[in-house]
Amino acid sequence: MTTLNALVAVCLSYVFFLFVVAFVAERRAAAGRIRWLRSPIVYTLSLSIYCTAWTFYGAVGSAVRNGLEYVAIYVGPSLVMLGWFWVVRKLVRIGRSQRVTSIADLVSARYGKSNTLAVFVTILAVAGVTPYIALQLQSVTLSFEVFGADLAGGRFDRPHTATALWVAVGLALFTVIFGTRNLDANERHHGVVMAIAVEAVVKLVALLSVGVFVVWGLSGGVTETLARIDASELGTWNVAGGRWAGITFLSAAAFLCLPRIFQVLVVEAADESHLRTASWAFPAYLMLMSLFVVPIAVVGLDLLPAGSNPDLFVLTVPLSQGQEGLAVLSFLGGFSSATSMVIVAAIALSTMVSNHIVMPIWLRLTGGGASVSGDVRHIVLTARRLSIAGVVMLGYLYYAFSGGGAALATIGLVAFAGMAQVLPAMLGGIFWRGATRTGALAGLSVGFALWLYTLFLPSLGPGVLPVAMLDEGPLGLAFLRPQALFGIDGLDPLLHAIFWSMSLNAGAFFVGSVLSFPTPLERLQGAQFVNVFQHSPGPRSWAGRVAQTEDLMVMAQRILGATEAMALFRREARAQGARGDLPEPTPQFLERLERELAGSVGAATAHAMIGQIVGGMSVSVEDLMAVADESAQLMEYSARLEAQSTELSRTARQLRDANLKLTRLSVQKDAFLSQISHELRTPMTSIRAFSEILRDSGRLDAGERMRFASIIHDEAVRLTRLLDDLLDLSVLENGKVSLDIRAARLSEVIDRAVAAADAGAEDGALTIRRDRSDEDVTIVTDLDRLAQVFINLVSNARKYCEASAPALTIRVLTESDRVLVDFIDNGEGIGPEARDTIFEKFSRVAEQKAGGAGLGLAICRQIMARLGGDISYLPGQGGAAFRVEIAEASAMAAQ
Amino acid sequence: MTREILLIEDERNIIEAISFILSRDGWTVRTHSNGTDAAEKVRSLRPDVVILDVMLPGRSGYDILRELRGEPAFADLPILMLTARGQARDREMAESAGVSAYMTKPFSNSEMLDAVRALAPVP
Repeated sequence: MTTLNALVAVCLSYVFFLFVVAFVAERRAAAGRIRWLRSPIVYTLSLSIYCTAWTFYGAVGSAVRNGLEYVAIYVGPSLVMLGWFWVVRKLVRIGRSQRVTSIADLVSARYGKSNTLAVFVTILAVAGVTPYIALQLQSVTLSFEVFGADLAGGRFDRPHTATALWVAVGLALFTVIFGTRNLDANERHHGVVMAIAVEAVVKLVALLSVGVFVVWGLSGGVTETLARIDASELGTWNVAGGRWAGITFLSAAAFLCLPRIFQVLVVEAADESHLRTASWAFPAYLMLMSLFVVPIAVVGLDLLPAGSNPDLFVLTVPLSQGQEGLAVLSFLGGFSSATSMVIVAAIALSTMVSNHIVMPIWLRLTGGGASVSGDVRHIVLTARRLSIAGVVMLGYLYYAFSGGGAALATIGLVAFAGMAQVLPAMLGGIFWRGATRTGALAGLSVGFALWLYTLFLPSLGPGVLPVAMLDEGPLGLAFLRPQALFGIDGLDPLLHAIFWSMSLNAGAFFVGSVLSFPTPLERLQGAQFVNVFQHSPGPRSWAGRVAQTEDLMVMAQRILGATEAMALFRREARAQGARGDLPEPTPQFLERLERELAGSVGAATAHAMIGQIVGGMSVSVEDLMAVADESAQLMEYSARLEAQSTELSRTARQLRDANLKLTRLSVQKDAFLSQISHELRTPMTSIRAFSEILRDSGRLDAGERMRFASIIHDEAVRLTRLLDDLLDLSVLENGKVSLDIRAARLSEVIDRAVAAADAGAEDGALTIRRDRSDEDVTIVTDLDRLAQVFINLVSNARKYCEASAPALTIRVLTESDRVLVDFIDNGEGIGPEARDTIFEKFSRVAEQKAGGAGLGLAICRQIMARLGGDISYLPGQGGAAFRVEIAEASAMAAQ
Repeated sequence: MTREILLIEDERNIIEAISFILSRDGWTVRTHSNGTDAAEKVRSLRPDVVILDVMLPGRSGYDILRELRGEPAFADLPILMLTARGQARDREMAESAGVSAYMTKPFSNSEMLDAVRALAPVP
């Protein structure tokens, strides 16, 4: 047990060491000294998370069980890095140009930012990786127990879940601390990457040490070791070619698709040029890792009792030889393998889960993105932290409930096969523009379902799928047997699953893509992905800085105008202290230029344009969408302008109408003033003329003198009357009229009016006909005003009725709610064309003979309006006929 | 030979005043008080001078003036126009219609006499 305690101490120290490494790396990165952190060696070493505890421990176990098959696990990725370098490079380029955060993000971005796809891939990844994490926890636990258990017994049936829990918590903590320091996936996790690089070295050193010990320490040299291998049963094992090829393919596919590999290979890639180093260094690393697998396996089989777990030979061989130091190193190697895998996998998965599942849900729950601004960073980080904890705990739970019984290598391959389902959609997406979202979804669904059915569920053991189903198929349908689909029998179950899931996946993907139409965004993204090298010149194709600045200049001139662009560039060049007029394209300068351009063409367009010229970054779909948004805004703006111009033209029309009205009013005013002038000047002319005659002519007789004086008098009276009328009308029209409301018999009012009109008349020719019985009505109104109306009407009849025996009939009609008084003379009446205007000011019927000012009826109308009644012309009565209507409130039946 | 003047005016008192003034100055004054057949009156009477009011019942003085000026016989007929509307526009209209002289009411009697005498000088 002292060994175990020491082990725990070593373990804790090691973890602390990792913390320090990560911390220092983060500090250096924060201080801007990242050159060292971004070396190709670190990148290559970080790729080693491909080698998990599964490969560290399990490779030997695999060699014991299946001979050289384990090599295929290393051959796949090596082939990818060497032979498929162009695929990897394309992925890295796309990842950088599109700011891809995970493999789910890549697939979703390619197929028109489909979140459905992202969620699908995320679920697939979680489903595939969770057992894998469980596997790491299991291996750590097992390796712990190796030290605590009776080595002779060599059996570890009761895994200590408590150990696994502590390891899980520790890893989650580490990952949260170093994995969520910054939000932008494009900002690298320098601390984590550095820690992983260190772990890569540790596990390589550990495995090599054990290997060296085994070969030179135990076997006595290379020759002896080879002899031992030849002697063992391992050398005689026949490797099935199909399975070998299948596993090679699977590991190659997994290398491209596994979320954690994608994370370090694409997302954390600091520089595309690092790929060149990694393309040979990583296969070399894998070769070293696999170098001593067979010797360890052979020696382990020789030294250890039969039935010992071959998965732990790396650990148990040194231990059995009393090499505790080496065993601890070996343990650390395995521990490194497990922890680095869990950490990166947790980061990768948590990014997917938080970006594609948690955030969309949160955004939907909180009512959408527009209002989200400031605190979203905090939310994302929290989501990511919770996701990390969730992913690691899921792994732990899987481990705790599955009991950790399954052979390590099997779980690894099952997970590989699951993630490989993304391959058709991914590769199709970056090489085939015709690939569509529908195709990707179809392929993924079919592949995932088949993987579940033919591999994953059967791998869980008889407890999950009934034995009968495996043997006879569901419902006895033999052709649906999970491990012998469509009657293809006798294949290795893994190969069978790979064959069916991958071929049907690819088939569904192809058919779905051909049969469906891509959305515009998919088309756009498809072009961006497939032609990524045309769209984004790599670092090597940069033509040099001056040429770039010149390009920027050309563009700036097009947008800002030659003078302004020149001035801007000269200013910037001077600020940089550069000679000439072209500044260096420093980030500061580019930012300023972008701002300047944004003022003219909008932020998104400016960003896209500069990005296109500066290179290294293609126009991302966000940029293009923002451009589209801007165009949409422009369109909306122009629609608004159009609406405004419609509004304006309506306003203009209203103004025109108003102006017309005003003009008409002004014309009326002019006409009114002109009329007043005429009405005033006419009597004045007579007055002046006769007064001059009286003044200047001494020889006038008394009769003449008298006559002229009376004309002057009459005209003066006429003037006065005119002024009175004008004032009266003005008050009635505009001012406050105080009404003197009293009750009286209608007949009395008519009497008064007739008498007054008669008094002003020169001759009494007008006959007035009345029916006094009808007039026996009491009215309540301003009696003087009503009388004024009546007087006016009677006087008009007297003045204008041209009948030989002029007569005026005054007729009273009493209705329930009003009293009507009609004044009808026996003259010629008023023609229809004049009827509309007789109530206007100065309106006089043509060829009038009397010298009225033409204000009488206008005044009458105003009065009646004030009294709440009306006055109107009554056509069809023979002569001129006016009807005065006295309203209900004013009229009461006389009792 | 007596000189004849035709006064076309609808205001009774103004007719009387102008008639008195002109008669005393030796003119034979004829009067006409509506616009409708005023031009016909001028044609039949052929006066030496016409005094024409603007606001006449039936037809405006401007119309009558324009009609007369359209006929060669009356192209040079001295026509004095009287108006009670004292705006500049009215004078312009009268002048463009070919008026010989223009007076705004009220006027002084001597002014009126001078204007008429100027239009038809004593031979």
